[in-house]
Order: sequence, then structure tokens, then C-alpha cells
Amino acid sequence: MTLAVAKTAARAIGLECRGMTKIFGSLVALDDVSITVKPGAFHALLGENGAGKSTLVKCIMGFYQPTRGQLLVNGAEARIDTPAAARDAGIGMVYQHFTLVPCLTVAENMVISRGDLPAVIDWKAEKAALAAFMERMPFRVPLEAPVANLAAGEKQKLEILKQLYLDQRFLILDEPTSVLTPAEADEILGLVRDMAARGDITVLMITHKFREVTAFADSVSVLRRGLYVGGGAVSDMTTDQMSRLMIGETKVRKSAARLADVVSDTKVELNALYVDDSDGMPAVEALDLKIAGGEIVGIAGVSGNGQSELVEAISGQRPLKDGRIFINGRPFDATRKDYDTFKVFGLPEEPLKNATVRRMSVAENIAFRSFDKPPMAGLGWWLRPSEMRRKATDLIASYRVKTPSPDTPIENLSGGNVQRAVLARELSGDVRVLVVANPCFGLDFASVAEIRAQIIDQRNKGAAVLLVSEDLDEVLELSDRIAVMSGGRITYVVPAAEADRNTIGKHMAGHA
Amino acid sequence: MSPDEILTVLIAMLGGAIRVSTPFMFVALGETITEKSGRINLGLEGNLVLGAMLAYAISYHTGQPWLGVLAAGGAGMFLGLLHGLICSLPRVNDIAVGIAMMSFGIGIAFFFGKPYIQPSAPRLEGLPLGTWSDNPALRQALEINPLFFVGIVVAIFLWWGLANTRTGLIVRMTGDSEASARALGVNPIRVRVLATVAGGFLAGVGGAFLSLSYPGSWNEGLSSGQGLMAVALVIFARWNPLRCIAAALLFGAAGAIGPALQSVGISQGYYFFNAAPYILTLFIMIASARSGAASQAAPGELSIVK
Repeated sequence: MTLAVAKTAARAIGLECRGMTKIFGSLVALDDVSITVKPGAFHALLGENGAGKSTLVKCIMGFYQPTRGQLLVNGAEARIDTPAAARDAGIGMVYQHFTLVPCLTVAENMVISRGDLPAVIDWKAEKAALAAFMERMPFRVPLEAPVANLAAGEKQKLEILKQLYLDQRFLILDEPTSVLTPAEADEILGLVRDMAARGDITVLMITHKFREVTAFADSVSVLRRGLYVGGGAVSDMTTDQMSRLMIGETKVRKSAARLADVVSDTKVELNALYVDDSDGMPAVEALDLKIAGGEIVGIAGVSGNGQSELVEAISGQRPLKDGRIFINGRPFDATRKDYDTFKVFGLPEEPLKNATVRRMSVAENIAFRSFDKPPMAGLGWWLRPSEMRRKATDLIASYRVKTPSPDTPIENLSGGNVQRAVLARELSGDVRVLVVANPCFGLDFASVAEIRAQIIDQRNKGAAVLLVSEDLDEVLELSDRIAVMSGGRITYVVPAAEADRNTIGKHMAGHA
Repeated sequence: MSPDEILTVLIAMLGGAIRVSTPFMFVALGETITEKSGRINLGLEGNLVLGAMLAYAISYHTGQPWLGVLAAGGAGMFLGLLHGLICSLPRVNDIAVGIAMMSFGIGIAFFFGKPYIQPSAPRLEGLPLGTWSDNPALRQALEINPLFFVGIVVAIFLWWGLANTRTGLIVRMTGDSEASARALGVNPIRVRVLATVAGGFLAGVGGAFLSLSYPGSWNEGLSSGQGLMAVALVIFARWNPLRCIAAALLFGAAGAIGPALQSVGISQGYYFFNAAPYILTLFIMIASARSGAASQAAPGELSIVK
């Protein structure tokens, strides 16, 4: 079979799943899914988090054994029990998280990925071979550079090059653009699509971005709750249809209308902020930004350009090296006292890690802002747990937090419900300043809509909102003004009405 | 001080640096291998002391000092294996185990070493490389133990091997990204145990130098924390075997200041100068903790980095 394929000019591999089912205990993660990917296709696998996309791919890659179902490679049944067997069958995967070794160079990373290294490596011969290989590729990465010094886009290219170097002809890309700028994403997906169109490779891409599906894929399969719910040629489907297949009948809260001319006297001023990262290297440099009440300022940027450090500095998790924050003209320090005085609230990224204490109860976590003030505390130190519980019960109901009881440790809640509990704590009072970072990362559609609506609500009530997000679509949807952060600086500011995806992308990449 | 005296001090410091640096070099190279694989073995002080004791005992009984060196390496491998295996258990902290292994190694060395404090064992002979000179101080300084050169060869080999061999690449990969190593079918625990064993061997050999060359006898105050300082030295050398040689020589020279000044009759502050290596360690730790370059060079899987 392999020989027959090798003789034909086109070397891409076709793959077919028949009746794939995977059951973990009582959970049916994948239920009778059948998908066909023809040689040379660019096939998109669409679905929300938890829809079964990664389970399916892990069954193909040999990480899981399907409970039932068959896998056919080029029409013949194949048994893939281990990732090594997948590699031998020519199936390679590019993971969402890089699997490159940062301290090794590009050449070292490529050579080591080959299973059959000799005891002593003849670098002269290896590098000549690598250079010849790079010559044949549509895109290149400098061989001598340490991977730690590569930009995210180059790393992603290298991950793909590595699979091609290993002669993998069926590439599975897992959310390949989540760490890239729009321009980098378009470039890489375009190159991969061209290779597929020439019949060199077949591509199966996991994604939840419709734009990438319509722009690059030729066929699509949609999964929801472990079931295959539809698919076909991309040209026959509209974004609307795909989205309905993906979300199903779930009710999604309508985005709150954006009120014009919100009157508010809140003014936030970030003045020449300098913040260092954990290694003592400058992460934020000379950052100036003004946010008015009734306005959402969205900070766009590729992750790792100082956004996390900026948010941590504003929320008191990291010292400001220099500069000052002013609210209504008065200096603000990230202390509990100033948070209360200026009514500053925040929704940090990864709320379970940054905004809660995992093992404390939902009620205690919800009380973090108010446990030491009346009515929850007397004399400033005598706490009243009953009062704490009563307040939490109210908020759990009004914010629809799904929890067995207010006394459950918050770590037992799902991601969306942790975020709702934090929303309940932060947004139930009078909010003047709101700092939000990647609020919807990893959440399902209904939660995402809910959270975005809450943020717009706060803006309409006159809060000054700083939104930091790695999801450019989220920034474009929510913001009144968009600032781009690159290399620790704000490099571009534009009103949302005049914003243009490409210009923002160029600034994100630092090429403008 | 007259120019002559300054020359004498400098020559004495050169000789001292070469002598004192050897155990530092072996321990630091051993620790480099272990840390490159993603583990810290703080217990190398124990390997050093046990190696010193065993080398002395074997040399005493067999009359073969080189056999003693091998035995010291073997003892080091045993302690390294123990450390490696214990750390491979789930949720075990390598630093805590290292401190326990240090006490363990020193403890058994003292326990079995009591009978060897008095007798005198055959020592490793130095190579007389200073015969061309008629300056007796220089001739003494250039009487260099072969282990010093062995250490340099080992350092060069490690530096080459980490970049050019399959083993070297696998060790570096395991130390920097366990996930990548697993993805390639490498068993990180196996790599780390073997790297700790190899590191333990070198530290044991370093101990043999202490008892068989300089100071050249076995007693309980022999090492006085050199094994621990060598671990600090690895950070200073940024996990580079060649820089380990330079750093070891620097520590050696610092250790030689006191005796060198005494040789020209300056004995004021003798104890203060003897403390120089310890003070140097302290400053190096502070400086490297503040240095961005050092933290970038650190293997990503080290428990202190994560």
C-alpha cells in the first residue's frame, strides 16, 4: 500500500474515521463520529470546547484507543496504538502548545525530533541536509537560532517544518493560530493550503474561528457534544449555518446595546508605566494610556508583549518599577484601601488562579471584597459567616453560578462558573474602574456572551474599562478605542469605528 | 610588600588555585550534568566527603591510590543513584532529598572513616612541570596533580558532548522541556537518574583528590562545604562546562589567598582571608540571582526555576 502511494506523484495521505466512539467512565466524549478527509484536502474540524475535537484527534494519533470504530489510512484499515505508530503511518500533529525545546537551536530541534540519531552527530552533514531541505520548503526558519529567540510565528512555522522534515504527509493542526498575529496566521495557513493544493500534504485543522475555515479550508466537519452534527464543502455553507451547527439550540444572551454619550466623571490615567517581568527584564516600558468613564479601551497584542505584566501591576500582583496611575487626578496605588476608595474592580485572566483561592468555599471567595466590612464583620475583625453565606446565596442566584452549595470549594466548579462567581463578586457593587484580561478564554458560547454583556453593562453605567485580550475579535467587538501593545509599549491607538484589522495586525507584529 | 613578596604571593596563589580548584571543578562538572537534565543534587558535599574517605581507605589497604580514585567514583555513583531514584518518586522535592543525602553521605563517611584518621596512605603523585625553573616556589606551584588535567579533559569533553552527541542533546532536552522529551518517547526519569549517577561519580572523584592529593589526608574537617560551594559555582558558570573551569580556578584562587599571604609572613586577617571563598559564594549567589542572563541560561525544568 505504502509503495503504491510512493509511486504516484501526489504523496498526500487520505484518512477516514468510521463510527469512532470513545467513552470515559460514564462520559461519552465521542459518539459514532465518521469523517472522511481526502488526500490533499484542507479539512477543518469545528466545535466548541468539550465538543470532542481533541478526543477525536487523540484517537487518530494513538494517544487514546477508541472504544469502537475504525481508522482507514488511504482506504486500508490501520491500527494506530501509539503516537509512534501514527508517526510511522505518516500522521503528524502540530500541538497548540509548542513542543520545541527552547534552549536548543532550530537545527538541534529538528535533528532530535528524528528518532534515529547516531551516538555522535555529524553536524556538518546534518546541517547540509537541513539546508537542502529548507531550500525545498515554501518557508524557512534560521537554522542556527536558539528556539527561545524565535517569535511565535517562526516557532509555529518550525513546528510545521519539523513534521515535514519527518516526512509526515497528514498534518493535524490544533488551533494553530492562537498565538499568532492575523498576518502571521494568514501567511502560514496560506502556505499550508498551497502545499495541500499541490497534493504534497493533507491537513486536518482544529479551530473555532469561522474566518479561518471560510478563508482556507475546503471542507469542514462540525462536532457538538461528541456528535457529528454536520459538514461538507465550505463553499456550500454560510458562517451562520456553521455557527448554528456548532452552538445548537443554546440560548445566547444578546449583547447589551452600546449606549452613546454615557456621562461619567471617572478618568483613569496610566502615566509612564515601567514594569519588569519575573526574570527582571523590562516587560512594560513607558506606557501611557488614558481611559474615560463610559469607555472600553481594548488592548490588542500577541501574548507575551507585556500585557500580563501590565494587568498584574495594576492589580497589585507585581510592583511598578516606575510611573504612576492616576484616577480622577489622584494617585492610585494597588492597595486594598485604594481599590475601595476608587472603586476599582478586576476580572483577571485564569480566574481560578488569579482571582480565587481554590480550596476556599464559593461563599468565602465571593466575600473577598467585603468580608472585613459591615455587615459581614463587626468591629473590623469579628466575621459573621452566616451573613457571608446569605450574601453569597443571593449573588449565586442572580449571577446563575452553578454550584452544589455556597460551601463547595470553588475549584470544583467549571471554568464558566468560576468566572461567574468572580463576576458576582466584582460587578455587583458600584464599579468605577474595571480591568479585564482575557475574560472569555476557554469558555463556552453562552458564558462568553454573558460575560461580554456584563462588561458592556458596566461601560453603559459609566465605568472606565480596560480590556486586555489576545483575541482580536473580542477586542474589536467590545472596545470603543483600541490600543495595540507590542514589545511592552503602546504602539498604536485608534477609535473602534476607524479600526482596520490589517493595520492593527501590522502593529501587533511590530512591523509598522 | 616588596615586589619579590608580591611575586611570591602571586605564585603561591597560582599554585593554590590549581590545587584547590580541582575538587571544585569535579563537583561543578558533575552538578552541571545533573542540572542540565533538570534536577538539582545538593547532596554532592556528601559524595565529596564519602569519596575522600573511601579513596583514602582503599589506597591505604591496597597501596594503589588510583584504585582509591575509582572507588570514590563508585561511592559517588551509589549516592547519586539513591538521590536519583528517591527523586523519581511522585511529589518528592529534589532539594530536600539533596540535603538529606548530604547528611547521609557525610554520616557514613565519618562512621567508617574513624580508623583512617591516623594512618598514612599512599598519595597521588603530582607531575613536576616546573623543573625548567630554578625558582623553588614556582616549581612547587607547578607540581600539578594529573586529576587537574583529567578534570579539564572531562570539561572539554562535556562541552563538546552536550552539543554533538545524541546523549548530550537528550540530556539538554530533558532538562529544558520535559513535555518535548516525552513527546519524542524519551523517559525523563531514566535520563535524570543516569545524569545524577554520572554527576555523583565526578563528585566522588573530586573527593578522592581531597584526601589523596591536597590537603592529602583524611579527617572530618576535610571538605568544609566545598561541595556546596561548587553547586553555587555552576550557577555562576551558567551551566557551561568550560566556564566551570574558570569559575573553579577563581574559587581556588580565593581559597589560596590566606595561605599565600601567610607564606610571606602576613598572618593578620588569616581567618578572614580563609573565609574568602565563602564570601565569594555569597556575592555570586546574590549577583546571579539578580542577573537576567543567568536566569535565561538556566535549564527550564529545574525546580528552582519553575
